[in-house]
Amino acid sequence: MAVADFDIPEIKSDIEVPKYRKGVMAHARTFPASKPIQENLGYPGELTEDWKERAIDKMGDLLGKYRSLKVFLDACVHCGACTDKCHYYLGTSDPKNMPVARQDLMRQVYRRYFTPAGKLFPKLVGAKDLTREVLDDWYSYYYQCSECRRCSVYCPYGIDTAEITMAGREILSHVGLGQKYSNEILGKVLKIGNNLGLPGPALEDTLEGLEEDIEADTGVAVKMPIDVKGAEVLLITPSADFFSEPHVESLIGYAKVFHAAGISWTMSTYASEAANFGLFDANYDVMRKAAMRIRDAALELGVKRIVVGECGHAWRVAYSFWNTLTGIGYGGNDPFSIEMQKQLDPAYPQPQHICELTNDLIKSGKIKVDPSRNDDLVVTFHDSCNVARGSRMGTEAGGQFTIPRELIKSVVNNFHNMEDGTIGEATFCCGGGGGLLTDDLMEVRVKGALPRATALNNVVKEHQVNFMAMICAICKAQFTKVLPKYGFDMSMVGGIHQLVSKAIKLD
Amino acid sequence: MSTVTMIYAGMFYIATLLLAVGLIYKIFDYSRTPAPLVIPTTPAPTTRTGVAYRMAKEVVVFESLFKSNKWIWVFGFLFHFGLLLVLARHLRYFTQPVWFWVDIVQPFGKYASIIMVLGLAGLWARRFLVDRVRYISTPSDHLMLLLLIAIGVSGMLMTFVSHTDIIALKEFVLGLMYLDVQPLPQDGILMVHLALVALLMVIFPVSKLLHAPGLFFSPTRNQVDNPREHRHVAAWAARLDQNN
Repeated sequence: MAVADFDIPEIKSDIEVPKYRKGVMAHARTFPASKPIQENLGYPGELTEDWKERAIDKMGDLLGKYRSLKVFLDACVHCGACTDKCHYYLGTSDPKNMPVARQDLMRQVYRRYFTPAGKLFPKLVGAKDLTREVLDDWYSYYYQCSECRRCSVYCPYGIDTAEITMAGREILSHVGLGQKYSNEILGKVLKIGNNLGLPGPALEDTLEGLEEDIEADTGVAVKMPIDVKGAEVLLITPSADFFSEPHVESLIGYAKVFHAAGISWTMSTYASEAANFGLFDANYDVMRKAAMRIRDAALELGVKRIVVGECGHAWRVAYSFWNTLTGIGYGGNDPFSIEMQKQLDPAYPQPQHICELTNDLIKSGKIKVDPSRNDDLVVTFHDSCNVARGSRMGTEAGGQFTIPRELIKSVVNNFHNMEDGTIGEATFCCGGGGGLLTDDLMEVRVKGALPRATALNNVVKEHQVNFMAMICAICKAQFTKVLPKYGFDMSMVGGIHQLVSKAIKLD
Repeated sequence: MSTVTMIYAGMFYIATLLLAVGLIYKIFDYSRTPAPLVIPTTPAPTTRTGVAYRMAKEVVVFESLFKSNKWIWVFGFLFHFGLLLVLARHLRYFTQPVWFWVDIVQPFGKYASIIMVLGLAGLWARRFLVDRVRYISTPSDHLMLLLLIAIGVSGMLMTFVSHTDIIALKEFVLGLMYLDVQPLPQDGILMVHLALVALLMVIFPVSKLLHAPGLFFSPTRNQVDNPREHRHVAAWAARLDQNN
């Protein structure tokens, strides 16, 4: 693939806020979706002649459906609090990658067409007509945002640029300018059941192979069940776990946990994907359709619990949205939700994160681990953005930070956090989230990883850290690809259950 | 009744009407627009009470801004806190007899105008001195600060330099409230001060000053983090369930 050459930023001792350099990333344009990909999702195949009217109409439609969008477009005072918070700004220094400037790409149009001030005095309030140039800016810069929500932590009004990026992308898709990467994947998941487009037989083959590998390695017949009716747990995991390295090591870890705890479990060929790329634009309907496959599989298989594997955006959608979209959860009193709730075991949170499950099993002594098996490792933990700022684990606020760390510390002896301001709610995105994990955005991805690479470099120097654990398929894929460009070894990257897998005692 | 009085009285009736109608419409519009998904910025409170506490911290001490940038926080807080005391002090023109607590904060309000203007000056300086903030500033961002500073400075001039006839002013204000218009003291500084205030009232519901009501409607701040225990469905989204 022809990717323009670019300089890899230099890692400094601290994360520095650069002076802005106008337009330095304007050339970054993700590949647009082809006609069949677009039409498959019900979007126009190419930029329509009446794109401008369609865009304004769609914006009006979204403004009526999403309070977030309406309030966020009104409330910003241009205080500047967010300007140094985005990893893409820190890595690229393009001012349109400052969250407020990214929002303003839409806000200027909102003001022009939807507010009295912008209709009467456009220049005064920075309102602009929706021209082709503005649309091109949207396409370029709404695909340089990973929807990681870091800016929303620091905004005095909680403005979440992700909401605006999602709306921008939805409008773009709606006028015929969708993104190839995300829209192609959504087509596959809606048709086949996973982002990679793996059919059932291929999955079954792979899982059999993995069972053989585990047995050869440990001498224990750990199973990788799929489509088993009446199993207690349905595991929904990102399809990358089936094939990619280091993802597959975590899948092996989950299987060992279920085996050791004696929990009957299954995966599903029909719902073989945890990631829901419908999150990446504001298309509720597409996101709902993708999530409904999981409900349908759960009903079909008759499972009592639904557990989600290591995947950041997936966990946000599962934890925060599944109950809304599909009735997987509690508290619904309509027939649609009751049908699902009747089947689920109320003794467990639904859905449950694999880290919650494993951590509980270790703490209660139901599975045994030997952390010294990981003594060759000095581990740090990368909080994935959508887990950190869009979800929770456990019963307490902040459980998404404490539970993974508790779990890591129970299976390794050497652990060091990266510095404050780069972890927890302040964590930096890997640089590849939110639909940017595609080779045509490699420059954006590499530069966007600079803040994380800087923080990692510091714990490597200070504590000889040689493994960065994480719980997200995108983070794993992104870091194995871009960290080597900063001089790190890709074997430093892996899932928490890769560590569990080594430490767990199987009988 | 002089023409000037008539103009000012008319101006304030119109400005008050536009402010009230504009704000009520905006608040109605925010509240009727659904928030279909649970999107609090986590970690977030898991109870309603917790959300009230989170929101109170945002409103009273600007918690998120404090995390973000100490300079903006200092200037922003000085301005808003100063403004609060100044507004409280102004209640003496609207109440007869003057509420007891207004009497108490009155002397503080006098000096609060100084910290209010200092805060505004600091915020404005950032628009020139910090390259990123300069980049995002629109003409209206500058003019808004200019307007607020002009209101503050004209008020301070009357407090500290050239006193206006506050007895007559109070009669004018109470007259407006009870629809019995009284003459406005013919004082240049006062007339500038009042005209700018009326302008600010008109601008409020069509400008970024909407951040004040907006904050209370911000889903990332006002939602409870309980999506596994509580099913959250917007009306337009609930209709989708019925098709299954």
